[in-house]
Amino acid sequence: MTLLGGGLLLIMLAGVPGLFCRSDEHGGERFAALLTLVGAVCIGAAIVSATRGSGELSHTFAWSVPGASLAFYLDPLAICFLLPLLIIVATGAIYGLRYWPHREHPANGRKLRLFYGLISGAMILLLLARNGVLFLMAWEVMAISGYFLITTEDHQAEVRRAGFIYLIATHTGTLALFALFVLLGPSTGSLDFPAAGTLAATGSSLIFLLGLFGFGMKAGLMPLHIWLPGAHAAAPSHASALLSGVMIKTGIYGLVRLTSLFAEIPAWWGWTVLLLGAVSGIMGVALALAQHDIKRLLAYHSVENIGIIALGLGIALLGRSYDQPALIVLGLSGCLLHVVNHGLFKALLFLSAGSVIHAVGSRQIDHYGGLLKLQPWTGAMFLGGAVAICGLPPLNGFVSEWLIYLGSFQALKQPGSALAAAVLAAPVLALIGGLALACFVKVFGIAFLGEPRTTAAAQAHEAPVAMLAPMVTLLVACTWIGLLPTTLHTLLQKAVGTWAGTVVAGVATGSVAPLRWISLSAWLLLLLVVVLFAVVRWRSRTAPRELGTWGCGYRFPAVRMQYTASSFADFLIRLFAFGLNSEEHGRQVAGLFPLRQTFSSHTPDAVLDRILVPAFRAGSWLCRRLRAWFHNGSIARYLLYVIVTVIVLLTLFTP
Amino acid sequence: MLGSLVLHLVLLLVFAPLWLGIIIKAKALFGGRVGAPLLQPYYDLARLWRKGFVFSRTTTWVFLAGPVVGLLVPLLASLLIPFGGIDAPVSFEGDLILFVYLFALARFFTVASALDTGSSFEGMGAAREVTFSCLAEPTVLFALLVLARLADGLSLNQLFGDHLGQAWQGGAGASLGLILVCLFVVLLVENSRIPFDDPTTHLELTMVHEVMALDHSGPLLGMILYGAALKMMVMSALLVRLAVPWQTGWWLTDAGLFLAGLVGVSLLVGIIESTMARLRMPRIPQVLIGTSLLSIFALVLVLR
Repeated sequence: MTLLGGGLLLIMLAGVPGLFCRSDEHGGERFAALLTLVGAVCIGAAIVSATRGSGELSHTFAWSVPGASLAFYLDPLAICFLLPLLIIVATGAIYGLRYWPHREHPANGRKLRLFYGLISGAMILLLLARNGVLFLMAWEVMAISGYFLITTEDHQAEVRRAGFIYLIATHTGTLALFALFVLLGPSTGSLDFPAAGTLAATGSSLIFLLGLFGFGMKAGLMPLHIWLPGAHAAAPSHASALLSGVMIKTGIYGLVRLTSLFAEIPAWWGWTVLLLGAVSGIMGVALALAQHDIKRLLAYHSVENIGIIALGLGIALLGRSYDQPALIVLGLSGCLLHVVNHGLFKALLFLSAGSVIHAVGSRQIDHYGGLLKLQPWTGAMFLGGAVAICGLPPLNGFVSEWLIYLGSFQALKQPGSALAAAVLAAPVLALIGGLALACFVKVFGIAFLGEPRTTAAAQAHEAPVAMLAPMVTLLVACTWIGLLPTTLHTLLQKAVGTWAGTVVAGVATGSVAPLRWISLSAWLLLLLVVVLFAVVRWRSRTAPRELGTWGCGYRFPAVRMQYTASSFADFLIRLFAFGLNSEEHGRQVAGLFPLRQTFSSHTPDAVLDRILVPAFRAGSWLCRRLRAWFHNGSIARYLLYVIVTVIVLLTLFTP
Repeated sequence: MLGSLVLHLVLLLVFAPLWLGIIIKAKALFGGRVGAPLLQPYYDLARLWRKGFVFSRTTTWVFLAGPVVGLLVPLLASLLIPFGGIDAPVSFEGDLILFVYLFALARFFTVASALDTGSSFEGMGAAREVTFSCLAEPTVLFALLVLARLADGLSLNQLFGDHLGQAWQGGAGASLGLILVCLFVVLLVENSRIPFDDPTTHLELTMVHEVMALDHSGPLLGMILYGAALKMMVMSALLVRLAVPWQTGWWLTDAGLFLAGLVGVSLLVGIIESTMARLRMPRIPQVLIGTSLLSIFALVLVLR
């Protein structure tokens, strides 16, 4: 507990000493990174010692706040969320030393570091909290620090707008959570979390819906994802990695924890989560395909991956409703492992995207090109992250998606029951996987391959070691899970046991999902590819390289003739035109001697820009009209209001 | 285990280019020509492997990765599937997903190596490739779901086990027929055959798969062609097993039956290539969505 508490404080307050240093020197930032690292190691040690022992750690202290107690509890479910958090927080802190040094950003460097520490600490606290008040406090500290991370560059109007939308969204969600804990209170008698599997499900539909709204808003499930793309694009890259890799997972943690409290789960809960997951997955990746901004694109992929996680959770919930242990084990293991995996590879992608943005100075994919030659390490790291996020073997994304696939295939064994409809999760995942592949091959191909499209891209430089080392660490973690998934097997097994109780006692993950074989085939694949690649590389070592690419007979190809990101995605986007509604500006060239034409395309968000903004605009217009009509300055009318009010009150309240 | 591994690899590596030869021969016969010898693809591969490498200035190491992964993936995937009556050497619960995702990995690197040249023609081909295969993916999954419903386990060996014979005669015959058609369409799309793609067209602008290999030459082109032949054989093997689910129990006759089935598939592809025109590009997604619907229908039939 000392280790845990000490580590928590170190991480949380890492940015404070820096406040007393000069804003343009790097003493404070190095100290902050050191404190974060030490804190992460402390908490890691606490987790290891806890798992060596009983696997759980529990401490409760009295607190004078009414209804509150300092109840901490570390269980395998929380560990699943803590592990990626620690890795990402630590790597992000080191990455930030060179990505956002105080010397280059004297105006906001200290602020960034302070809130980076606060949000990390708040998230750890939130995962440990077992009391409603403590949870909500940690939740709010996290939410507010998130706002300050997003608005780091608050001199830009776009950033301020993204931060404002985030603030509205997160507080709407928190409002739902307040109601949730108030409703949970009477059923348990205190605001401490009840033990798993003790609450009756009857009459708790409202609790579930409030939780789904509040936690779904944070997680970024599809209709509630409005804040996510703008916020992740606006924050500095290592902060985006933290927000996307860890913060949105706290929403998933909330949902998982909330559903673990109930003794039985109504079937419609699982179906709702499954449906929301499918919508988020497909629409998230379709919107991602249409983006030109690399960070917005990655942000939409977070929506997609939250969808995949929700598919796993939905399958596990259905498994509990229909009493199918295999579904629970596979669905929840897949869900939790994807939480870990998405945290790792999304952080890797954000950090390598940050390295590209740092070198080129633009977020537009079409401004890059040929970066693999100038940034060989960053490019290789991005490629690793892209393979992992597409769910391809031999990296980690495949393992978790494979578990979710197997979970949905298990539903086939129940012919005639409604559960059989859960098999549709498999083709949905396949479609998501295909689209994600298209999207990442597009980003990697357009940004890192071919010829540089702009002079800035042609002058790009490789990132310094302090930025590369965190990326390498994350890629090693991704590869580790991909090649040795069996190492996480015990943890997942225990976490599923915590969530579902004794129902799953007899079903081991290994018996329904042979992870050993996956590990073996991943090793074989990697080995064969490396060997054959080395052979081909060695045979081609003397090959001439002085010719240009074959231009199909055209002698003077220019870099602007290369395929662009929007052309690459165009075919697929047209297929999804019903949900995307891309806007196109400019005309096609026409005639024998066409004049100069410009063309641009833009895909606004399906919910925020298409539904919410017009709806609120209409609402405010209506209110303005009403006000103008009621409140128009005529004294006679005001007197009339007074008289009408008096008459109404007299008629209502006189006996 | 070791014996079946060797048998699998020998069958695959030796016979894979033959089916291309049969397709070319069939097309030549339809065109009233004698055509190239059946073994021509072997001669081509040997010739390409002896040549030197030529690289464009633009390319990087990713250019090599495409052919390497494209060659190895069908090899590994073939170990997971039964060749006719010969059981798969490697088989475990859930290997069907690995099978699908291995091919996705190959696609990722093939497309990346095409984009590595910076040519807009190759970009065009790459964009089409990812679009079409992304639409074909749900069809494959629906077909696998139908087969998994009929089988006891979730390994490809069990999915394509000998219970299929009874399933054809039982109530599932209609579903199996539908997914047989769907998988055949997927085979044509994934292996860039007419009516979806024309490997022999002379116009780069209309190609899908061939245009991605425009800049690959010599041994790399050989690896791509050999990888494509392996992929075609692996996917045809599934069709053959689905259509002819009998086995004799002796490996030699089983292998003979399997090879005869593959000759049949190659002839069918050859006949389709000779008698059909190519579809217009915007029609291809419509056909693929159509096959997805067919496969959903097949799934509904077995689930009811």
